[in-house]
Order: sequence, then C-alpha cells, then structure tokens
Amino acid sequence: MGDILQLVIKRLGLGVVTLLVISILIFFAVELLPGDIAQAVLGQAATPETVTALREKMGLDQPAILRYFQWLGGALTGDFGVSLISGERVSEAISGRFINTLFLATYAAVIAVPISIILGVIVALLRNTLFDRVANVVTLTSISSPEFFLGYILILYLAVKTNYFPAIASLSTDMSFGELLHRTFLPALTLVLVVTAHMMRMTRAAIINLLASPYIEMARLKGVPPWKVIVKHALPNAWAPIINVVALNLAYLITGVVLVEVVFVYPGVGQLLVDAVSKRDFPIVQACCLIFAATFILLNLAADVGSILTNPRLRHPK
Amino acid sequence: MSTFVIGYYALLIGASCLAAYFKKRQLFLLIFSLTLISFVTGIVGGVGALRFITVAAGLLALAAGVSYAFREFLIIIASDGIAKELRTAPLTAAFGMFVIFTYAIAGTFAPIIAPFGEAEVISSAFAPADENMLLGADQLGRDMFSRLIYGARNTVGLALVATSLAFILGALTGLLAATKGGWFDQLMGRVADVIMSVPSLIFALLMLSIFGTSLFVIVIIVALIYSPRVFRLTRAVAGNVVVMDYIEAAKLRGEGNWYLIRREILPNSTAPLVAEFGLEFCFVFLLIAGLSFLGLGIQPPTADWGSMVRENATLISFGELTPLIPAAAIALLTVSVNFVVDWMLFRSSGLKEV
Repeated sequence: MGDILQLVIKRLGLGVVTLLVISILIFFAVELLPGDIAQAVLGQAATPETVTALREKMGLDQPAILRYFQWLGGALTGDFGVSLISGERVSEAISGRFINTLFLATYAAVIAVPISIILGVIVALLRNTLFDRVANVVTLTSISSPEFFLGYILILYLAVKTNYFPAIASLSTDMSFGELLHRTFLPALTLVLVVTAHMMRMTRAAIINLLASPYIEMARLKGVPPWKVIVKHALPNAWAPIINVVALNLAYLITGVVLVEVVFVYPGVGQLLVDAVSKRDFPIVQACCLIFAATFILLNLAADVGSILTNPRLRHPK
Repeated sequence: MSTFVIGYYALLIGASCLAAYFKKRQLFLLIFSLTLISFVTGIVGGVGALRFITVAAGLLALAAGVSYAFREFLIIIASDGIAKELRTAPLTAAFGMFVIFTYAIAGTFAPIIAPFGEAEVISSAFAPADENMLLGADQLGRDMFSRLIYGARNTVGLALVATSLAFILGALTGLLAATKGGWFDQLMGRVADVIMSVPSLIFALLMLSIFGTSLFVIVIIVALIYSPRVFRLTRAVAGNVVVMDYIEAAKLRGEGNWYLIRREILPNSTAPLVAEFGLEFCFVFLLIAGLSFLGLGIQPPTADWGSMVRENATLISFGELTPLIPAAAIALLTVSVNFVVDWMLFRSSGLKEV
C-alpha cells in the first residue's frame, strides 16, 4: 500500500502547485493592464487626483506581491473583494450562482454518465459494424456542433413549437424539486448531448484498446464464455480508463456550462463571468476564473488519483 | 391512411425484403429497424413524423450522392499517386472535402457571390425572405444570405490565421525542445502544462477582459491557448525521429539545429502534424465562434457567424429557423474537417482495430 499512498500524495502535491501557479497567473494577468485597474475603471478622462484617490481606496499603492497574498488569503476564506461596478461583495454575487451551476452540471452528469458508458461499451463490442459507423458519424456531428447550436435547436423544437419545456430557465427559491428539474431540463439536455458524445468515443477507444490486449485473447482461447471474459477479465482493468473518461468529461462540462447558461439565460457563474468580462469588472472575472480553473484542476486530479487507486497492478504489488 | 403512408411502408418493407433476399445482412437490419422506428414515431407523431423521416433520408441520400460524385471527380483530376489514396476515402471524408471546397469558394469569392454588401441595410428589420433576399433580413435589415457568405470569409479566415499561428508557435517550440532537450525542453513542458490546466474558454475570457476585444488580441490569445497541444504532439513525434541514426550522422557532419529541423525531422513527421492541424482548426474555430456568440469576438458590423446567431436569436421564439443557419454553417464545417481528419488519422496510423 505504501507505493500507492506515495503516488497519490505526489499527485496531490502537484495539483496544489498547479493551483498556486494558476492563481498567480490570474492575479498578475490583471497587473499587465496598460496603466492599472484604477485607470481602466475611470477611463482616459479621469483627473490624476481621482485616480490616485481610487488607487489608495483599493490599496493599489501597496506592492503587487503583498496584494497577491492578501487576495489569495481572502480567496481561501471565500472573500474575493468588492465588485468594481456594483460595489457588491463578490462572494455574495457568486455563492448562490455557484450552487445553480453545480446543480446544472450534476443534473447533466447524472443523465450523461450511465448512458454514455453503456453505449460506449456496446459500440466497442459491436466495433466495425454498421451500427458502430452510424454511431461514429452521430457522435462526431454532436462534438462538432457549437453548444449554442444544439441549445437553440432544442429551444425551437421542444419549447417554441411544442411547449413541452420552458425556453428560459428562470429559477426561484419556492420551486419544488420536480418543477426545478422540468425548468432546467433543456440546458441539462444540451450539455448531455455534447458530453455523451465525447464520453462515448473515449469509452469506446479505451475498451477497444483493452480488448486487444493479449490476456483477453488468452482468456478467449482457453474457452472462457464471452460474458465472463468481460466481467472477470476486462472490467477490473477497465475501471481506470473509465474513471479517467468520466472525470475528464466532467471537467469539460465546466467549460460547456458557460455557453449553455448564456443561451438559456440560466442564473449561474458562467453568465456572471461573461457579463463581468464585457463590463471589465476584474474582481468578479478573477474570482470566476479561479473557481472554474480550480474545479477543472480538481476533477483532473480526481481522474489521476482514481486511476491510480483502481489499477489492479498497483493494488496487488508483487 | 393516406397514399403517402401506404407508399412509405410499402417501400420500406419491400426494400427490407430485397435486402434479406440478397443476403445483405447489415442493410436489412438498418432498413428493418427503420421500419420499426417508423411504426412507433408514426403512431406518436402522425404523418408529419413520417414525412420528416422521408425528408431526412432524402437529404442523406443526396449528401451521399454528392460525395460519391465529388470523390470520383477528384480521382479523375488527381495524379496517379493521389488518386490511389483517394479511392480509399470513405464517403464521409469525400463529403467533408466537398464542404471544405464549397466554403473555400464562398470565402474567396464572397464579394462576387453575395448580392449585397455585408453592412448594407436594404430593407426593414427581420423582413421575411423574398425574391431579392434568399433568407430574409437580419435585425437591422441587412441581407442574411450576403452576410452568411461574407461570414465564410471573416470567421473561417480568422480561425485559419489563429490556427496557423498556434501551429507555427507549437511546432517550432516542440521541434526545438526535441532537438535541444535539457532546460529548454523542461521549461516549455511546464509552461504547456500550466496553459493546458485552465479550461480554454475561461482562459480566453480572462485575457479578453484585460486586453479588450480587438482582432489582433483574439488571434494572439487563441494561438497561445492552443499551441501547447501542438507542442506536445510535435515534441513526441520529433522525439521519435531524433534518436534515429541518420540524425546522428547529420549531427556528426556538423549540421546546425535549424538544418536538422528543416531537412531531417520535419519531412519525417508531416503526416501526424497535418492531421493535428485539422483537429486544431476545429478547436480554434469552435472557440472563436463561442467567443463571438458571447459578443466578445469579431465586432459588428463585420459579418460573423457566431454574432449573427446571437443578434437574431429573438427570432427563435417566433418559430423561425433563420438564426440557426449560421450556427449550422459552423457545425457543418467542423463536422466536415473532422470527417477528413478521421480518415487521415486512420490512414497515417495504419490503425486496423481488432
């Protein structure tokens, strides 16, 4: 067990370092602004006095390194400073929306993960048949479509023409859970379509790779029934690639969610980020980017740790 | 039961019987499962659903016919060596090549093909299609069709420039890292790790919020975001070539790094790099389309597919298809490039799956 523990700790350490580097990148990217934040907020027409006043108010007269550690310390305790436009606390603007975004991503994942793994395995078992080729074309098409294309098609056919689901995912606090699921079905379905295609292709590749290995052929040649080959020989080794595929695609959901939220006017972090970017509200942009990047890195970390833990060769060392 | 429904089922069942008789097992399975699906959708959706299936099948057949004809055409005009390769192309790849060819024509000759200018206001907002305007007008009364044609030039052109830059950046650093090794290799590897550990759209949004949305900034940022992929691939491919004996021989001859890259390594690693260029183009194209859909890409009045979708999105709530056309144009090009890349990857890797 010592080896595994060492590997996992090493990987976790690497993850923390990556997160630190990303936070440095996000913080100091804003420092690259021509002039500084105060200048950018007030515009060219501002008098030097007002700029200096704002600079002092925001603490910009302190060295950048010091402000970075203040910002990082704040971020770790959930305090991202104050919005430049509305003056609202960034943490308050984000917290409710972050839960909404997590809900949407989880909703999509709960539907997409089982479907795509089952379909991926089926396609891998039926490889090179007509079914496989049709599935290849369909998944490729789905991957190649921008999220807003799929989203608007769903709006057109399932909301406008038939009225099955609402086109705009507006949420309120007094909704029942069923109502919530119904309201957010279309954005979730859009994400499911994109992610399922990705996951199916990756699962298929992983399983085919596995079935080509010599020990599977050995099992077949010695007369093990096909289902037993899958369950006893292939599956234990398949967990690692499948966990990897799932985690990577959940990470992919994080990016997809931004566009989908805008299409469906869904009150999530993605929508907030896009608004903040066009208004150049840097504290919010930094906070959203840090949250998205951290989630992305954590999921990638989970993928690696998961595949280390489920690797039979590491669990039963010689 | 209308004559359409009777004819529909007669055709399907007849075709499946024929397929079964001639022992075309897969074709039979396909047609027969289509028949069964039609039963279900016909009961649920009525004649309309059956008509939809007919139209879809007709479109598929049309696409297959066009791709077949285009492949034969290419085989005839190509030289012997290329013609031999082209014969192995599946219909999907031929379809992809046909679409790319069409987009290239539309983009290159946009001012000649488009009936109006891209920023020319010619009628009222959201005017319906008539004999002047093939697809109607957009939210300012500009001709949708003309803007679509110009979009092929602007959107695809921008994506091509960004991809090329990403490719040159990634390939050069990758080749240098493979030939020089040592600290340069290590440094570039870590930089690539960091860039790839942030989701691309998020990274792009962060950078755009700081540097503003000019075309120059977009190209640089997108190239920076996607060059690590090329870097990793080039380094891996070139790394396999660098250990060959003929590289050793060239080094002993006293050739410099630049000669090694240009004359020895590059010619021996083109196949995977060309396929990667196609894949890279898809990623870049989708990212740029996404950014302009968010209003942060190419700025108006320049015609651009992503922002056209956003500007006309209100029409969707009236049940209009028009805003979907630019989105479909994006999807169609990406699918086509993917089809061609799929074929090239299959060919270059000699991948014969078990």
